[in-house]
Amino acid sequence: MEEQGEFVIPASPQDVWDALQKPDILKECIDGCEEMTVTEEGIFACVVAIKVGPVKARFTGTVKMVEPKPPHSYVLEVSARGGGAGFGSGRAEVNLQEVPEGTTLSYVVKGTIGGKLAQIGTRLFQSFSRKMTRTFFDRFSQRWVR
Amino acid sequence: MNAETGIGASVLRKEDARFITGKGQYTDDISVFGQTHCVFVRSPHARAKINSINTDAAMAVDGVIRVFTGGELVEDGIGDLPCGWVVTSKDGTPMVAPPHPPIATSVVNYVGEPYAFVVAETLQAARDGAEAVEADFEILEAVVDTATASSSTQIHENAPSNQAYDWELGDKEATDAAFAAADHVTTLDITNNRLIPNAIEPRAALGSYDAASSTYTLYTTSQNPHVERVVLALFVNVAPEANLRVISPDVGGGFGSKIFVYAEETAVIWASAKVGRPIKWRADRTESFLADAHGRDHVTKAELALSSEGEMLGLRVKTIANMGAYLSTFSSSVPTYLYGTLMAGQYKTPAIYVETQAVFTNTAPVDAYRGAGRPEATYVVERIVETAARELNMDPVELRRKNFIPPDAFPYQTPVALEYDTGNYAASMGKALEIADHDSYAARKAASEGNGKLRGRGYSCYIEACGIAPSQLVISLGAGVGLFESAEVRVDVSGSVTVMTGSHSHGQGHETTFAQLVSDRLGIPFDSVNVIHGDTGRSDYGLGTYGSRSIAVGGSAIDRALDKIIAKGKKIAAHMFETTDDQVEFAEGQFSYAGSNEPKPFAEIAGAAYIPAVYPLDELEPGLSEKAFYDPQNFTYPAGSYVCEVEIDPSTGVTEIQKFVAVDDFGNVINPMIVEGQVHGGLAQGIGQALLEHGIYDADGNLSTGSYMDYAMPRAADLPDFEVDMTSTPCTHNPLGVKGCGEAGAIGSPAAVMNAITDALGVKDVPMPATPHTVWETIQQGA
Repeated sequence: MEEQGEFVIPASPQDVWDALQKPDILKECIDGCEEMTVTEEGIFACVVAIKVGPVKARFTGTVKMVEPKPPHSYVLEVSARGGGAGFGSGRAEVNLQEVPEGTTLSYVVKGTIGGKLAQIGTRLFQSFSRKMTRTFFDRFSQRWVR
Repeated sequence: MNAETGIGASVLRKEDARFITGKGQYTDDISVFGQTHCVFVRSPHARAKINSINTDAAMAVDGVIRVFTGGELVEDGIGDLPCGWVVTSKDGTPMVAPPHPPIATSVVNYVGEPYAFVVAETLQAARDGAEAVEADFEILEAVVDTATASSSTQIHENAPSNQAYDWELGDKEATDAAFAAADHVTTLDITNNRLIPNAIEPRAALGSYDAASSTYTLYTTSQNPHVERVVLALFVNVAPEANLRVISPDVGGGFGSKIFVYAEETAVIWASAKVGRPIKWRADRTESFLADAHGRDHVTKAELALSSEGEMLGLRVKTIANMGAYLSTFSSSVPTYLYGTLMAGQYKTPAIYVETQAVFTNTAPVDAYRGAGRPEATYVVERIVETAARELNMDPVELRRKNFIPPDAFPYQTPVALEYDTGNYAASMGKALEIADHDSYAARKAASEGNGKLRGRGYSCYIEACGIAPSQLVISLGAGVGLFESAEVRVDVSGSVTVMTGSHSHGQGHETTFAQLVSDRLGIPFDSVNVIHGDTGRSDYGLGTYGSRSIAVGGSAIDRALDKIIAKGKKIAAHMFETTDDQVEFAEGQFSYAGSNEPKPFAEIAGAAYIPAVYPLDELEPGLSEKAFYDPQNFTYPAGSYVCEVEIDPSTGVTEIQKFVAVDDFGNVINPMIVEGQVHGGLAQGIGQALLEHGIYDADGNLSTGSYMDYAMPRAADLPDFEVDMTSTPCTHNPLGVKGCGEAGAIGSPAAVMNAITDALGVKDVPMPATPHTVWETIQQGA
């Protein structure tokens, strides 16, 4: 499964970079996020409740930031388990580029899902993940819109 | 005989009263004292090494009694699930059967493969426990695609190129020579889509162990409880056969998927002794999708050699068959002896050569599903015959008629091992065309075109080998079981009759059909015949129901037992008439003797048998109960002609079947209504395959079609009002002249539908299922 996209955020790359490191901001912006903590430098632990079609579960995951090049790019390695509902893992390449409106954040995500999520949710998962991403950046951008 | 209830009468089914009022007793309806519940923990990965399994958290769940992993079964001597038919490769080597532990121990090879199971006080606790089982997997690269499996990563240590076997049938040289001499060669690359069976009742098992008698009782959804018992005793080593009773109560559909011996019932019956309490398991629907044996999944290249006049000279077929991750119980026979042997179809093609390479993939095991090999063979033969007719600008009906085996050529030896006993293919074809209003097709096509629609017409003339079959033949070909059937006819003192059959009804209506047979032959009321099946504790032995064998083999066994009943009845009557038994006649329920004007009704002889006053007991044993084991001399060969007309909306790609005519030759028919119902069900499944159903794994081996949201079953609105009729050339080698009707509809219909769709679109092939999206894309590509 592969996804890519970009969003324009009305803030400088440095501000965007800084905000993306803060667990409380991430928690606020990820739909259904119940916990987000930094376990060690560049590693987040999170709990996210999701509902994809008939599959409803609480996923526990880790997000590891690798290859950080502040404030330009980084790679996230994500893995999450949702008990009986399934599991997911993926790798996201994130790039920040300064533009007149602020910063263009572009991403390419490659991931896999398995378990019940894959068996009865595959068809719905793509639109689910797009919606979740859009919600994240809407909320994230709102921080700079007054 | 009684015209209302005898052979040939459309008697309403005895069993339907309980089925339609919710009084059926299915496995999950049965509960026993102290029963616990079981949930299987299934692999979320298509292929992975199991590094460790931690059951501590699961054991801590309130209500969980025990958590078992695969290693515990191995330690206890529980064997692998066997494949019961050894197919030999071209080079003389036996097939490769990878180890198949019921519960995975060190590796998992498909999504849904069980690696642990949880026994708990309640189903909810078992589910919670299963969620708490933690396994550490090392994920390995999965192999999914049928066509490329042999050049992919090797799955099993003992199976290089992921190959189970590479089999051949027929005369290669003669076939090559036929192609060299041909005026025209038609080639066709086709796939036969993977199907998931979807019986309405999911599989279930209730195992219990009685420590006092050291006996096990397993209630389960099996199409062949005696075979289940043999395999569990002899191969899986659960218990001595004598200490194991298998009961298949009412079963809600099987379609082949309930023939096999699976992990779940093995685990449940074994664990019941460990836990000391009965254990029940019932699959939920997604479990059925994941872990029932799937069907079909072939990739085939076929070539047909013809003369310029359309005479079929040779057929060459090369198939890759996806076996899934392991060889299921009878899987190896399906793309070989139930497939290659049918490539002659209804035609006198003199030279045929078939090759089948069976490959392993990280998908659920594939085994027999309604038709089992014969739908795949019919699809190859009938698609390529129709394609050849188009290429030669011949009427596909004429091409077929030119090549039919003529009625006077029977018995007919095909070049692919089978000897057809009887048939009249042109008669079925003629009747089907008449019913289909064949000659006024042009007007219907014009009307469709006037409405902006594309109309197409397709034919399919299938043959099947069923009533399987002669034991010594199948054993010589690698089968590990005989394929006879047993029957016991027990005449009660009052003259009513109890029949114990080794056939198993899971929707077929045997309680009615077999009662008609007995009532007709003994001249006793239909309602005084009781048919009992599906219990190893009540009938001697049985090989079960699949391959449309129940009436041809099971019915013939009953008929043989009835012969013995009548013979003994004559001996008793002879003493009453004071004559010899060769002077006694039996007809219309009466024993008679030319020297007496007082015939003896059957019930009077039954009474005399059990109250033995009239005959010398040193000559004749008391009682009237007889057994028979019937082993057929040959398969039976039902055949038929199907005609399908479709109308396609080019703007949406939606295909509507506007006409479907099925004319089948089942030989003699006991209950025409039941036979018609079987044809309807088969057609619905075949049309489902052609238009809707597709079991899909993604590239990682996740089953993408794991529920009814993604796997489309045919619904009433997808099906036309079927026009069903019959012709009859009675089977020549069984006493009833019957052939079997259970699979025909599913065998013959996909080719008819796809021939109609390709005709409408003017293309060579459309992959099944021809969903609106696929059809629309095909139209766009052509535009």
